[in-house]
Amino acid sequence: MKRSNEPIVWSLFGAGGMLAALIGPVLVFITGIAVPFALMNPDTMSYTHMLAFSRHWAGKSFAFAVIALFMWHAAHRIAILLHDFGVHAVALVKFGCYGLAFLATVIAGYTLLTLGG
Amino acid sequence: MSIRQPYVRSMDGWWKRNAYYIRYMAREITAVFVAAYALVLLDGVVRLGQGEAAFNGWLQALKTPLSLAFHLVVLATFVYHTWSWFSIMPITMPIMFVGGKRVQPGTITGTGLVAAVITCVAVFFVVEGISS
Repeated sequence: MKRSNEPIVWSLFGAGGMLAALIGPVLVFITGIAVPFALMNPDTMSYTHMLAFSRHWAGKSFAFAVIALFMWHAAHRIAILLHDFGVHAVALVKFGCYGLAFLATVIAGYTLLTLGG
Repeated sequence: MSIRQPYVRSMDGWWKRNAYYIRYMAREITAVFVAAYALVLLDGVVRLGQGEAAFNGWLQALKTPLSLAFHLVVLATFVYHTWSWFSIMPITMPIMFVGGKRVQPGTITGTGLVAAVITCVAVFFVVEGISS
């Protein structure tokens, strides 16, 4: 019997959804609003600070988890949304959505690893 | 040439037909913004790898009014995501029993929302503490 990849995809979807639900709002507020518009110390996201953050194993893991899991979460929902809107090319939709999430995961992982630390 | 013309009900606007579908659609559509935000962060990481000039370009882009508008919309959808995620959790998670009694849907949703508020406040103060 062909084994389904559904449990893996659903786990990534669930983990991403949970992470986004728990810390998504505060992340968007900090990186998109508070720091760029100086409600918090604008130096928080300076090149030096972000490089140090991304070189630390914890910062590296955090950045990787947020980007990869958010992407997998979104990919799963968007794939189903397209079906709901009448796009029934299932294989193509899955390839596009999960492919993009996979690509983002690889790029994030590779870049974060090559930053060293 | 076929004479048979089977009736196929149009899918156009099916989700506008009742409030349950509208809520479903609102909840699922947040994913587009979650992906957009993840891509903004990915761009930041990639530029970090390209060096200081590239990264500063990313930081500058964040300071534009367009970026502010984008992030305000994303923030609203993330808040909605948090709310809807824990609202449907009583349905999406396995049935849970504590002391022989089934945990009530309201308890699950409430606990999740409280957890989200606590983690958000904690993350804010950790970042605030480190940065100032």
